[in-house]
Amino acid sequence: MVDATVNEPSGPRPKRRLSPTNIMLYGTLIVVSVYYLLPLYVMIVTSLKGMPEIRLGNVFSPPVEVTFEPWVKAWAEACTGINCDGLSRGFWNSIQILVPSVFLSIAVASVSGYALSNWRFKGSEVFFTILIFGAFIPYQVMIYPIVIILREMGDFLSAVTGTRIRLMGSISGLVLVHTIFGMPILTLLFRNYFTSVPEELFKAARVDGAGFWGIYFQIMLPMALPIFVVAIILQVTGIWNDFLFGVIYTKPDTYPMTVQLNNIVNSVQGVKEYNVNMAATLLTGLVPLIIYFVSGKLFVRGIAAGAVKG
Amino acid sequence: MTASADAPGTTAARSRDKTAKRPVRFMRNLTAKVATLPMILTALVIFVGCTLWTIYHSFTGSRLLPAPEKWVGLAQYERLWDTRRWLVSIENLAIYGVCSLILSLVIGFTLAALLDRKIRGEAVFRTIFLYPFALSFIVTGLAWQWILNPDFGIQSVVQGWGWENFAFDPLNNANIVIYGILIAGIWQGSGFIMVIMLAGLRGIDEDIWKAARVDGIPVWKTYVFVIIPMMRPVFVTALVLIAAGIIKVYDLVVAQTSGGPGIASEVPAKYVIEKMFQSQNLGQGFAASTMMLVSVLVVLIPWAYLEFGGKRRG
Repeated sequence: MVDATVNEPSGPRPKRRLSPTNIMLYGTLIVVSVYYLLPLYVMIVTSLKGMPEIRLGNVFSPPVEVTFEPWVKAWAEACTGINCDGLSRGFWNSIQILVPSVFLSIAVASVSGYALSNWRFKGSEVFFTILIFGAFIPYQVMIYPIVIILREMGDFLSAVTGTRIRLMGSISGLVLVHTIFGMPILTLLFRNYFTSVPEELFKAARVDGAGFWGIYFQIMLPMALPIFVVAIILQVTGIWNDFLFGVIYTKPDTYPMTVQLNNIVNSVQGVKEYNVNMAATLLTGLVPLIIYFVSGKLFVRGIAAGAVKG
Repeated sequence: MTASADAPGTTAARSRDKTAKRPVRFMRNLTAKVATLPMILTALVIFVGCTLWTIYHSFTGSRLLPAPEKWVGLAQYERLWDTRRWLVSIENLAIYGVCSLILSLVIGFTLAALLDRKIRGEAVFRTIFLYPFALSFIVTGLAWQWILNPDFGIQSVVQGWGWENFAFDPLNNANIVIYGILIAGIWQGSGFIMVIMLAGLRGIDEDIWKAARVDGIPVWKTYVFVIIPMMRPVFVTALVLIAAGIIKVYDLVVAQTSGGPGIASEVPAKYVIEKMFQSQNLGQGFAASTMMLVSVLVVLIPWAYLEFGGKRRG
């Protein structure tokens, strides 16, 4: 695993700060920064303008008259099909999907990672290898059989419990799907972490008579808190930003926020309200952006750990 | 094998602590086996089982429902490669893939190298370059759809500055629409490659730089002839990551162009989803997704061989 925790620059500071090299260096960085910041800036200013101003002015000019009406409209009134209760519906759906998915996927993956590093059994490495290679299989290959599995499992559970349980087209089904597809990256993350824990610690606990769950809850879990934070960041951004699974495994009234956003903005009916669209887009991007800006280096660690295998 | 051990699992686990060694090998570590059951099931049922299921059904004439009994051989594949929409998708993916590989690597490495020159405000620049990666492809696509809007976006702004004939309308021009998507894709993903490259650069020994300076080698030459060859593993990792991301391109296209104008910006992932869930042509969807899998394997197998096969021998 490549450690992406980026160190602070070391060594002596350059002596001449305004040398031609430095001017070029900072010049390039600032120009590139403009390219990266431009979309965010344009989204913000557009979402604060009224429609007449958008039709007359240019996208880069700051709003003459700041209005928050597009934000209110995007949140509470924007229409998808016949529903006109805005993005708030998608937001709450996404929250309902997010919380159990993050909890379940991390619980399952951390236990698996722990078992794979401390309680190896015959064949455990084989399953792990399949899991890691599975991460590279395009989702499209597995999507349809999973539809069938969810449908059959729902029918089976309904028959067993006597109540009507639906997995396909419901939030619980999507939670299962997120748990499954989060597993390769998270298991790798936890396995690598638990492997780095000194083995003496584990052996000492074994001598003291602690079992599988005892060691997990009393020793490994408290020690692995930083890696849990990394996993939470990884999963929250990943699941919040998901579109493919949401559009396939849920129905219109349980669509997550990204799917609803796309339906609002790309709907063909009615006059396009660009300011409302941009406010809606910003609203959807807000959760991962806040996580990104608050978590800083942990975010970087998460994506690097999740991405770099082997 | 493990599934059948589910029922006696709890009792066996409890008694294991009393008797240190059980005669039956299978009972050893039973709690661990039960605890990893979700992982084992995911690996076997989803990753292996579902993949094989799809491959098998790609040889059948499934339409609305999977029809395992209607074996049609390679007919679905023949039809697939006769469909213009699929060919356009493949062509788009190839253009997008090659451009985004090269651009991501070049931009990612250049930015990382610039940030590694011991500059002030490194954290600020890094934050700016990476923030798009936190956003979803839907948000990215919609933001760029607005910026590239011909009536209000960049085109109209530049025309307003006096260049009346300036034309930059990639999203409505079938010939260049894929480059419009590329701009957004690079914006979203290049920061991530930069982070990986930066981590690689930080792993390079300071003494290399000192030696290069003593020998009077210019900075750019040190990068090209010393640092980049040293960072081969990092480049390979980045390459695999970018390639894995390219094949998945779906949401970005859906949000930015919905495949249009016409079918000019279709991609394979979108073709699969539409065949499966909209035009009720499952067999085509299975065949197309199997082709996606094949293209992944073409990249993955040589990489895995170089990466792991080499180690075992060496």
